[in-house]
Amino acid sequence: MATRQTRILAHAATAPSTLVLFLWMIVPLAMTIYFSLLRYSLLDPGNESFIGLVNYEYFLSDPAFFAALFNTLKLVGGVLLISVVGGILLALLLDQPCWGRGIVRLMVIAPFFVMPTVSALIWKNLLMHPVQGLFAWIANLLGLQPIDWFAQAPLTAITLIVAWQWLPFATLILLTAIQSLDEEQKEAAEMDGTPPLSFFFYIVLPHLARPITVVILIETIFLLNVFAEILVTTGGGPGNLTTNIPFLVYAQALLQFDVGGASAGGIIAVILANIVAIFLVRMIGRNLEA
Amino acid sequence: MARAHSLRRRTITTAACWLVGLVIFFPILWMAVTSFKTELEAVEIPPKFLFFDWTTENYGVVQERSNYLLFATNSILLSLGSTLVGLLFAIPAAWAMAFAPGKRTKDLLLWMLSTKMMPPVGALIPIYLLFRDLHLLNTRGGMIAVLFLLNLPIIIWMLFTYFKEIPGEILEAARMDGATLWREIVYVLAPMAVPGIASTVLLNVILAWNEAFWTLNLTTTDAAPLTVFIASYSSPEGLFWAKLSAASTLAIAPILVLGWFSQKQLVRGLTFGAVK
Repeated sequence: MATRQTRILAHAATAPSTLVLFLWMIVPLAMTIYFSLLRYSLLDPGNESFIGLVNYEYFLSDPAFFAALFNTLKLVGGVLLISVVGGILLALLLDQPCWGRGIVRLMVIAPFFVMPTVSALIWKNLLMHPVQGLFAWIANLLGLQPIDWFAQAPLTAITLIVAWQWLPFATLILLTAIQSLDEEQKEAAEMDGTPPLSFFFYIVLPHLARPITVVILIETIFLLNVFAEILVTTGGGPGNLTTNIPFLVYAQALLQFDVGGASAGGIIAVILANIVAIFLVRMIGRNLEA
Repeated sequence: MARAHSLRRRTITTAACWLVGLVIFFPILWMAVTSFKTELEAVEIPPKFLFFDWTTENYGVVQERSNYLLFATNSILLSLGSTLVGLLFAIPAAWAMAFAPGKRTKDLLLWMLSTKMMPPVGALIPIYLLFRDLHLLNTRGGMIAVLFLLNLPIIIWMLFTYFKEIPGEILEAARMDGATLWREIVYVLAPMAVPGIASTVLLNVILAWNEAFWTLNLTTTDAAPLTVFIASYSSPEGLFWAKLSAASTLAIAPILVLGWFSQKQLVRGLTFGAVK
């Protein structure tokens, strides 16, 4: 269909983007792989030496690595659980007829647009402070012992903050999906007197299966990279209770100046992310054909 | 009977909706309220919700003490700059993919999206060292380049989906009627492409504004945007909640407004078309 001339034009039009993205992906990755095979400290420049897989051995035998791996999984899992379950419930609620739905929708979506450093510091201080925070005040009103969030349950605190940021995303996508549910199907179910629970489990949930998968995959890709929230609230501590993989790599490189070790950690993070990305790309690709 | 029933139901769901909406929105609301308190009132227990002396002094202090305007200017320059450079690269690319697709177009598009899935820590160290050696740390140019590369896949993807909706027959019809290529672009294509381009700009300005991995790692002052400015409040000195609230409110207000306009684009841009 396309003439030879337009084909050449099309190649010329896509070439610049392809080239810069290729460089952006391949150059740092190749350098990270290369660094990961070196003994390379920023404190001892000029004395790099090739040491093979020693950095990986070091990293994979370091208890801090497994702590960080589990923290990463706990954080991702916790946020996914809250945002997906909460998102389904919220989407169902917001799909109901109600006055001022537009305004409610705006309020629910708002946290997604708050920059990570702001939400982390506002939650840490104004809400979660063990003495002057609002949660402590509410706990006292109810006669409960206030929780010192960042001392007693630091990872839970961070999970809550990140979940607050991602709940709107899940809600918005699932709401869009629910609203595309066939009106006739809804009416037919209502006519037949289908109980709400069966309606939900046999009609709504199957319809949502695909969007839920998409939400899980996309959130996972972003949640594997949570960084700013940890940097400004706990700095990875106390101990390494809130250190996830990105933060561990950052600390290893820019605080301990161990470029080789940090690079090995970076490559491990890339492998983890790729496992998720393969599934996501496949799903997107299938949709692109339809 | 049925009507009374549905009225009651509507009242209940309305109450539930508003309750949930307010709970989720509350941290933002509370931050805004706190920004108008004095530092003493901000930490007072029991907290005052409405009846205190509303003051705007924190907003003045934030500007005077920390040169808020420099950070705000950087945020604006970085987010707009990276988006505009992104458009320059992405418009031709998305155009070609939408109107002259070849056998490889789909693979190319998927590959571009997959670059977005690379974890930044995999690239942090080389980029940091390259920036250090090229004297790009703390420069606006360097940050615009990073943010541009970060968001380019999303810009191309969004433009592609918008361009795809423009029927190709219209172009043929214009050509049949003897329109020159230039007239075809200005009078036929541009009016149909502008809304899609505008939506793309909106979402990408938001994403660049809130980006907080590279900005925190590659800038400290000169080119630092508001994400870094707010992070400086993580080491507190004395009473600072009211000032933190004022600075935060200023930092998120413009993007919150833009964000509310871009809800629909959010679904399109961030799900990569996997949800329709």
